[in-house]
Formats: sequence, structure tokens, C-alpha cells
Amino acid sequence: MRDWIKSGSPWIWLTAGAVAVSLLAVAGVMALTALRGLGHFWPKPVVETTFMERDGKRSGLIGELRDREEVAVRRLRESGFTIPGDAVFAERVLVKMGNRDVTGADFRWFPVPLLGEIKYPKDIITLERREWGNFYGHLLAVKEEGKAVAEGEAAYPELLVRFERANRLFTQIHELEKYEIGRINYALEQARLESRALDIRGQLTDARKAGLERRKAELNGEFGKLQERVAVLRKDIGRDTLLARVQDGKEVEVKLALVADAYRPNDMSLAGKIGHYARKLGEFITEDPREANTEGGIFPAIFGTVMMVLLMAVMVTPLGIMAAIYMREYAKQGPLIRIIRISVNNLAGVPSIVYGVFGLGFFVYFLGGNIDQLFFPEALPAPTFGSPGLLWASLTLAILTLPVVIVSTEEGLARVPRSTREGSLALGATKAETLIKTVLPMASPAMMTGLILAIARAAGEVAPLMLVGVVKLAPALPMDGYFPYLHLERKFMHLGFHIYDVGFQSPNVEAARPLVYATALLLVIVIMMLNLAAIRLRNQLREKYRGLESV
Amino acid sequence: MNTASTPARPSTTAASVNEAMSRRLLTDVVFKHMMTVGGISVIVAVSAIFFYLASVVVPLFMPPAVDLRNQYATPAKTGQPTLAYTGEEQREIGSRIGAQGSITFFRFDTGEVLSETQLPLPEGVKVTAAGIGERRTFSQAFGLSNGQVILVKQGFAVTFPGNKRLITPELSYPLGEKPVDVDPEGKPIRVLGMQQSEDGSTIAALTDDNRLLVSAVKVTTNPITGAATSEVQQSAISPVPAGIRQLVIEYKQRELYVLHGERSLARYNISDKGNPALLETVDIAPEGQRVTALAMLSGGFSLIVGTDKGQLSQWFLVRTQGADFALRRIRGFAPMPGEVTVLAPEFFRKGFIAGDAKGNLGSYFATSERLLFMEKLSDQPLVALGVPPRGNGYLAQDKAGKVYSARVENHYPEVSFSSLWEKVWYESYEAPDYVWQSSAANPDFEPKFSLAPLTYGTIKAATYAMLFSVPLAILGAIFTAYFMTRRMREIVKPTIEVMAALPTVVLGFLAGLWLAPLVENNLAGVFLAVFLLPASMVGASYIWHVLPAAIRSRVAPGWEGAILLPVVALVMWLSFQVGHPIEAAFFGGDLPNWLSQEWGIKYEQRNSIVVGIAMGFAVTPTIFSIAEDAIFSVPKTLTSGSLALGATPWQTLMGVVLLTASPGIFSGVMIGLGRAVGETMIVLMATGNTAVMDFSMFSGFRTLSANIGVEMPEAGVGETHYRLLFMSALVLFAFTFVVNTAAELVRQRLREKYETI
Repeated sequence: MRDWIKSGSPWIWLTAGAVAVSLLAVAGVMALTALRGLGHFWPKPVVETTFMERDGKRSGLIGELRDREEVAVRRLRESGFTIPGDAVFAERVLVKMGNRDVTGADFRWFPVPLLGEIKYPKDIITLERREWGNFYGHLLAVKEEGKAVAEGEAAYPELLVRFERANRLFTQIHELEKYEIGRINYALEQARLESRALDIRGQLTDARKAGLERRKAELNGEFGKLQERVAVLRKDIGRDTLLARVQDGKEVEVKLALVADAYRPNDMSLAGKIGHYARKLGEFITEDPREANTEGGIFPAIFGTVMMVLLMAVMVTPLGIMAAIYMREYAKQGPLIRIIRISVNNLAGVPSIVYGVFGLGFFVYFLGGNIDQLFFPEALPAPTFGSPGLLWASLTLAILTLPVVIVSTEEGLARVPRSTREGSLALGATKAETLIKTVLPMASPAMMTGLILAIARAAGEVAPLMLVGVVKLAPALPMDGYFPYLHLERKFMHLGFHIYDVGFQSPNVEAARPLVYATALLLVIVIMMLNLAAIRLRNQLREKYRGLESV
Repeated sequence: MNTASTPARPSTTAASVNEAMSRRLLTDVVFKHMMTVGGISVIVAVSAIFFYLASVVVPLFMPPAVDLRNQYATPAKTGQPTLAYTGEEQREIGSRIGAQGSITFFRFDTGEVLSETQLPLPEGVKVTAAGIGERRTFSQAFGLSNGQVILVKQGFAVTFPGNKRLITPELSYPLGEKPVDVDPEGKPIRVLGMQQSEDGSTIAALTDDNRLLVSAVKVTTNPITGAATSEVQQSAISPVPAGIRQLVIEYKQRELYVLHGERSLARYNISDKGNPALLETVDIAPEGQRVTALAMLSGGFSLIVGTDKGQLSQWFLVRTQGADFALRRIRGFAPMPGEVTVLAPEFFRKGFIAGDAKGNLGSYFATSERLLFMEKLSDQPLVALGVPPRGNGYLAQDKAGKVYSARVENHYPEVSFSSLWEKVWYESYEAPDYVWQSSAANPDFEPKFSLAPLTYGTIKAATYAMLFSVPLAILGAIFTAYFMTRRMREIVKPTIEVMAALPTVVLGFLAGLWLAPLVENNLAGVFLAVFLLPASMVGASYIWHVLPAAIRSRVAPGWEGAILLPVVALVMWLSFQVGHPIEAAFFGGDLPNWLSQEWGIKYEQRNSIVVGIAMGFAVTPTIFSIAEDAIFSVPKTLTSGSLALGATPWQTLMGVVLLTASPGIFSGVMIGLGRAVGETMIVLMATGNTAVMDFSMFSGFRTLSANIGVEMPEAGVGETHYRLLFMSALVLFAFTFVVNTAAELVRQRLREKYETI
């Protein structure tokens, strides 16, 4: 015992324990995100059971089991439940009941002792709706214009056919509204701005005015026609409904126009489930969000993040490399440059929110405000560049990540062996030629590393973006088919902000939670891959020069 | 020489070589200049961040600027004494209220009279008293010698004929042009107090025969005929205090203050106009001083009292117990040189100006207890003052009738050292407190800009994060750098380091939505784990020690960390399993609830423990990486020497390695601290973000950075709030920059030291 203490081994094991705890925490966080994120798309079985309410009445219950935990029975009793037995803790389950329009609440905790027998009836259907969230129930009939066309077992196949049709019509309406009507609205807005611009410059002659009016009238005519077409489609899509029995035995009619997806979760083969999983995963990545971001996909957020990061990379690369070349190759290596180097290094440690504040004050209000005065007076008082947007977000992040690129590039330049430079100079190359043709190519992996690290940092940064351009729901992507195609002044959606917003500002956090896990997983995967790529590049670079140094 | 070189043919002549050479040299020079200019501009641009932030903050601390001073004779056509001055929003037009019932509008800067209206008085009746309502209502009333009162309101219509602003002053009579009968007996009114708002008007009047009357006047307009009928509800206060000098009704018309005698103030409850009741009588000046000026600040909460010794103090109602309030002296201000003769409150802010008998004008701000500026305008006493609605100027008249006008740039009177960092007694608070509350829905709101709770929250967050991460990171770094085998280190180090890149928004989300409920539901288990984990590690060491050598020799030293992985996982699981039975046995099954009932500790779900763990997790890789590097690069000669002299590895570590590497470890901790202080998303998501000052680990807080994230988008550009948020950002910037620089210097020096060994 004494030896054991004297050898210091307890303390060594304590330090080893710290490593173990860190590793477990890392693994735990990754596993948690991955499990919950990936589990989101798996079709969840729907249970049917009964539940004893506070007043002692039994009522039906249909829904997905989402979570379970142990709680103090005292707490349950305090909230009015009669729990039999004298256990101090009881299990309770979180049930997604869906049918928000019928029951009013989407999620609810139920103490397990009060639940009846749990069954998984095969004929229960899950409907994902475009409004009011999920719907669960026993399918009774499919109706056309209010008359039943299929009942009982025949109803489900009929439902699938008619659901396909409704979905096709929905896509048509959606495209008409988004592209055709969107185009007209855009043209009308352009006409308004043009007339205002001419007015400001005092060039709004009567002839021009008449021309603009004519254009507006034409557009309004087109608009009317489109509206009629949409109205016809809307009538058509409203033809079919389905009838289903929900948990409390009530029969509810659901319009097929509102249904985004329909399936029988308890009656799926493994292959069916895998197919469903793949389809949902695809929808998640390619579709727009629905229901205040709590359902649907996250395509705009992915798109916004990528656009912002690309723009940032375009801005930060030349600036960072230029600064690094100057500091390493041209500046006089004295105390001044040393101070600058340390300062630049330390800028990477400055809180990101500070950059956000700078971006908002300087870029948005000062630069943007002045740009608006000079170039977009016709849109005032509505700001064009004078409000947060994509350009300012990318610029802010470019400044934020500048130190990363500078430091990394400098390191790469420093690693290029003296012999290589001297060889090039000895052969008569000028300094610029040595740099461009020899040193920079050799340092390029380091620059790439810096850039990748910068991108990884930018993709995960949220705090400054909240000030300079992200929004919870952007009406349009920053890139579209209208001149100038890339709309730098627009606000955009971002994966990281999406997590914050849906997880914390959403009206239905519980419903959105799996989706947030999936979003977080996506973000983590992207960032980890970027970082691992950077680490690999750096290692390769080191290997390469290890060889050179021995020459 | 240009004939010789065509691009197709290789240049061989001396001339073409020269030309190519000079082109190359030119490229060289151009490239050099390009890089130099570009590089320097990037560096300058980046350092401009600091200067830009500072440039936004600096105006907060600039003293108010007074300019465009003018002097002119009293702007009036008739020679009535002046009661007070006001003006309109744009500071173009001033207005003068004459003691005999004339209202004069004039150019603020020149005193040129635009119009003068004498109120329509009945035949043979004179004005005997006057009262001014809350400044923003632009209303005033005149008491007449026949017991009637006429109420008049100034208005300023703004039109834009030909795209130029034109302001037209006008008068209106909310109670009708005909005076209202206040004294049924028709005695002259000696002292008058009034207040007028959408809900009605209240008039308090002291008649010549010493009756104190309170009247509520409601005007109803017949929607068909448009005829207005006024309805007066009236009662008399008795007993009437002796020597009444001034009557003040607060803005909500629920209380009446009566200044009487030398320094006594009686407070009456007049919410029921039919039955006024005396609440208290307070001496509002020290013994031996006479109250010479009394005015209500905007919002109707605070009274400002001026005395004949030049003293100024602020008073307002403070809740004593239940629904009882008492008038208290809140703070005093820097005294005026002479007797305070006149006071004028601002329209919307809690500022006021005061004039004294020696011709001085002082501008004060209540919340920040500041004397903004003091000027000597005249040798004569000042008799009338006025502030335009935005508080951006003043009008002052001396006894000789000379008027002084000026523009005042005074945008940030709320900011002073005491208002930012010390306890401040805000209106309607029971005691001085540190409060950050930047905005509210109601217009009488007094902004509360105490940075103390935010700074406190920042320190608290960083402390809890460091409590979690420092032991973990440093112990982990020691093992990884000093004991771990190379193969394991190659996996462990990058794994932990890559966590530094994990987006904090993900950590914050997990902390807020997963960890916080988990901790709340398993509080006993969490505490248990904190104690059991180290114990189990030491225990595992002992078990390993007594294991037969045959088993021990199978695992090389340096793999202890791997052996402990299942142990740690098991202990965690066990703690959580045992936690609930323990809570059931000792804490009534619910530890958070037990804490609040037995010890009165409030438990918030999103609390400091959760933030400590989440942010500690974010900071750990940073500290770990730097500390590990420092320990790992301790020269092998040192450790070998120590081991050769017979020291155990642990003794070598404690005596040699850690001592040598301590500056590096320190710098790692500093950089970790810098990161914890500025972290935004985790604290935003994992705490309740309430700005409380309480070091309990079960309560939340609000940090400077989270505060910026939440409030910046809503702050109005250029306002005090906006600039204070910039100041928070500047503080964060400066703090992290200094800390990181210090850490970096320490590290560089360490590196040089190693090189010499």
C-alpha cells in the first residue's frame, strides 16, 4: 500500500482518468448527435393504447413513443395523477400524439403506470401534413367530392394512388406560384424602382411614364391569368379527402391537398423501412422547410451556408496570402513585424461576436448605408445594402478567418527550405520569380490547409452572423434566375443559426428536436471532414519537406 | 531594339535579352510593391477593427457641447413677466408663457416674434395664478380672478410645402375656450397646479380665501352635434396647510404634492377626486434651508427640489411595505453657487436644468447623478428656463429680461461611472440595485445600463467553465505528453484537438436541450459522479497494483488511459443508476425541489453547472493542446537526468517537468480563459439569460457576449444603448487580446529557453 502511494501511481492513474473522461465525452457527444440525428428518418412505429386521465376516465391514445425517463412520483402526484403503489420513481413516456387540430397538443408525457395495453395495429396510417403537423389514425375510407370511393382494406391502395395525384397537382401549383408569379412580382418591383429612379433624376417624362404604366398593365394581366390557372388547380386538388378514426374514436376527414406523405409505419418490411429512410433523408437535404421550420428539409440553410462560405473563401484567400507573403518575404524582420505577427495571431482568439459587432456597425450601417445613398436611392427608405445581408456576412467572416489563413500560409512559407530559394536565386531568377514559381507552389498545401481551416471555422460560426445577415426564414435564395443572378444584398439561412433558431425560438421545440439533431449532425460531419482534410494535408506537407531537407 | 524581338523567334540578340531582363525586373518590382501595399493594407484594415469600435464608444464619454449661443431681449409684444419657456421638436421655434396669459412663439435662435396670443378672458378678469403640466403634453392653465380656470395647449403642425419643412405653431383649448368654473364661490385663484392627458384633466387650486380645491374635469363631445360639455367633479381639502406656495400634480393624476411653509411637502391621494386624503408630510430640505424651486421630472415619478443654499436633490416614492409608499430623498446633485431660482425638466429623459440667483445655469441628469455642464450666463438671477423636447438646447431669461439661447449636444447623459458600475436607485425601485434593462414598452421608462451584472455573468460563466476544464485538460495533458505510449498519443491528441473545431452552436444546443433536463432529473447522480470518478480512478490503480504480475505484464505502462475507459463509463452509468434511489431515500425523490424547500436555493433548469460543463468541454481542447505541447517539448535531457538520479517518474514529473513547462501550461489556461469569456452561443442557449448577480451554481446569468447577441439587432444606431453594446464588444476585444498576447509572449519565451537547454 505504502509503495503504491509512494510510486505516485494513484496520481498517474488520475491523470490517465482525465484522458479517459475527455475521450468519452468526445465520443459521447459524437454518438449522441449521430444517433439522434440519424434516427430521425427511420419510420417510427405508432402505438395504440389507453390512458387514465386525472379524473379517472380512460381515453384512447395513438402516437409515436419519442422518449422515456424516470421521474419522482411525487411530482406526478402533485400534477394531479393518481399513481397506484408506493414506488418513489415512475417511468413516463413522451408521446407524439400528432393531430394537433383535434387534440390541441402535439406532445405529452404519460406516466407508464397509467397506460393500458400497448398495441401496434397494422392499419394505422401516418400522414405528414403541410399544416397542423402529423396525423395518426385508422383509415376508414377515401372520398371523392364527399362520396366514398373505397372503404376498408381497399382504402389504403386507393389512398396511395390519389395521394400521388394530389401531390403532382401540388407541385404544379407550387411551381406556378414560385416561378411564374414570382417572376411577375419581380418585374413589377423593377418597374416601380425604375419609375422612382427616373423621378429622382427628374427624367420621368410623360412618354416614359406611359410606357411603364403599359408594362405594369401587361404584367397585371398576366398575373390575373396565372391566378385563374392556380384557382383551377386548387379546386382540382381539393377533390379528394380521406376519412379516418382518431384516438378518441372521432371520425376526421383530411384533405389530400394537405398531405405531404402517407404511409403505414407498423406494416413496413425492413426493405420498406430502408427505402422510407432514404427518401426522408433525401427530402431533408433537398426540400424547403415547412411549418415554421419544424418540419420538412433544410435545403435553403445548406445553400446559404455554402454560398456564404464560398464568398468568404474568395475574399479571404488573396488577402490572407498577400499579407503572409509581405510579412514573411518582404517586410524587414524586426521587432515591429514580430509584434504584428503576434497581434495577427491573437486576432484569432478575439471573440467572434466582436467581429459581428464590427460588421454590423462598419459594413452594414456605415458602408451599406452609404452605398444605398449613392447607388440605390430609388429603393430608399427600404435599405438595399444598408441592412444585414450575404455580402456583409461573408466579409465579416473573411475578416474573422483572416488570421487563420495568414498564420497557416506564413508557416508554409517558413517551412520552404532555404536551399530551395537559394538554388532558384542562384540560377538567376528574380525574387518574384522565385516566389511565384518555386516557393508558393511548395507552400500551396499550407495555404490550402489555412483555407480549409478558415472554411471550417466560418461554417460553424453563428454568433456574428446573427448580427450581419442570417434570418430564420429567407423568402428567396441568394441566387436565382433574375439579373444579376447573385443577390449579395439578400438575407440568407444558415445551418448553425437554423439549429439555434429551431431549437430555441421555435413554437414547437419538441417536434423540431429530431430535425435539429439531424441538422447538427450534418454540420458536425461537414466541419469534421474539413478539419480532417486540413490535418491530412498538413501531415502530407510535413512528409514532403522532411524529404527535401535531407537533400 | 524593338525590331529584333518577335514573339515567335527565340530572342538571341543582346538587345532582346536586355528587354526580357528589364521586363523581368519590372515584374519583380511590381510584385514586390503589390505584396507590400496589399499586405500592409490588410494589416491596417484588420487593426482598424479596434479603432472603429473605439470610435463608436468614445462619444459616450465626451462632455456635452454647447454652441450657437445667442442673446436677445424678451421675445414678447406685451410686457408680461415670463413664467416658462418651451419649444418644438426641431428646436426652430421657442414659446414663451407669459404670467398674464399670453403665449408667444418666436424663433429659437434669434428671438424674432412669430405670433403672440393673449388668451380670451372674460371682461374685467385678470390672471392671478398659473400652472404648467407635464412638459410633453404642452399644456398649461391659468387661474383667474373670478375663480375660473382656462387651460391651453400648444401645438406645432408640420407641413412640407415645396419639400421644405414648415412648422406652424397653434393653440388649442382641451376644456373649451370658455374658462371652467373651479371655484363655485368665484374667489380669485392664488396658486394653481394642473395636469392634462387623454384621460382627463385635474386642477388643484388655492383660492384667495384659503380653500384648497381639487377638480377633475372631463370633456365629452357629442358625436352628432359636436358640442362639448364639460363635467367637473370637485372636492375641498381640509385642513389646508398654512403658507401654500406651490401645487404639483403627478402625471397620472393620482397624487397631489403641496409645498407649504419653508420646506414642507404634503402628499395627498387624489385618485378619488371626491375624497382626497393626506398621506404624509415630509421635510424636503435640511433644517435652516428654504425650498425655492420644485419640479417634477418627466414621467411623473421624481421630484427635484432646489433650496436657497443652492442644494439640489431628487425625491420619489419608495414602497415601504405592502401597498404603502413613502417619499424618500434618493440622491443629491452638485450644488449651484447661488439660490436655486428656477427648474425646468426635460420632455422625455430624466434630465433637468436649474438656474440660480447668481445667473448660473446648470444641466443635470438624475439617473447618472451627473452635472453635465454649468455656465454663468448673467450677473442677474435667472427667472425662467426652458428645454426643447429633445433636450438639445436651452432657453434662459434673467431678471433684466435678457434671454439666452443655445444648442446643446447632449446625447448620452445616462452614462457615468456610477450608472455603469455602481448601484443605482432607479425610479419605482425599493432600493439601489445593479440592473441592466435597456428598453421597455412604456414611454416613462428610465433606461438601466448597469454593466455590473453582465460583467459578473461573464466572470461567472468563465469561472465555472474553467473549474470544469482546467483540471481535465491539464491532467489529461500531463498523461498524454508524459506517460502515454506513442501509438496511443497519435490517436488521442488529434481526437481531442479536433473537438476544438466543433461548432459551439451544436454544443449549446446539446447543453440546452439534452444536458439541462438530464442534469435536473439526475442531480444527485451528477454530484455522485463528480466524487466517484476520481475515487474510482485511484481505486482502479490500487486494484491494478495488487493484480498478479502475469496480468499486469500483458499491458505495457502508458495504456492506463485505455484501461480506464470502461471504468469511467461504468462509474458514470452507476452514478446515474444510484442517483435516483438516493434522491428517493434522502431528498423526497426530487433533489432540486428539496434544495429549494430546505435550503431556499432556487434551481433553474438552465444553470451554471450546465454551462460549466458545456463551455468547459469547448475550452478543454484549447488548454489541452497548448499544455500538452509545453510538457511534451520539455527537453529529454532534463527528465533523463532526473530519472538517472533515482527519482520516480512521478517525482520527475512534479519536480522537473511541470516546473519547466509551467509557463506553457499557464499560457494554455490564459488562452482557454479568453475563449470562455467571449463565447456566445453556448451561454445564449444553455442559460436563462437573466441578468442576475448571484454566484449560485443552480442559477443562470447573462454574459456581455450573449447580451450583444440578443440586443444588438434591436439597438437604434447611435443611441446610448448601441454605443454601450459596442463598449461591451470593445471590452471583450481588449480583454482577450491582452490575455492572448500575454500568453503568447510567455510561450515564446519558454520556447527560447528550451532551445538554449
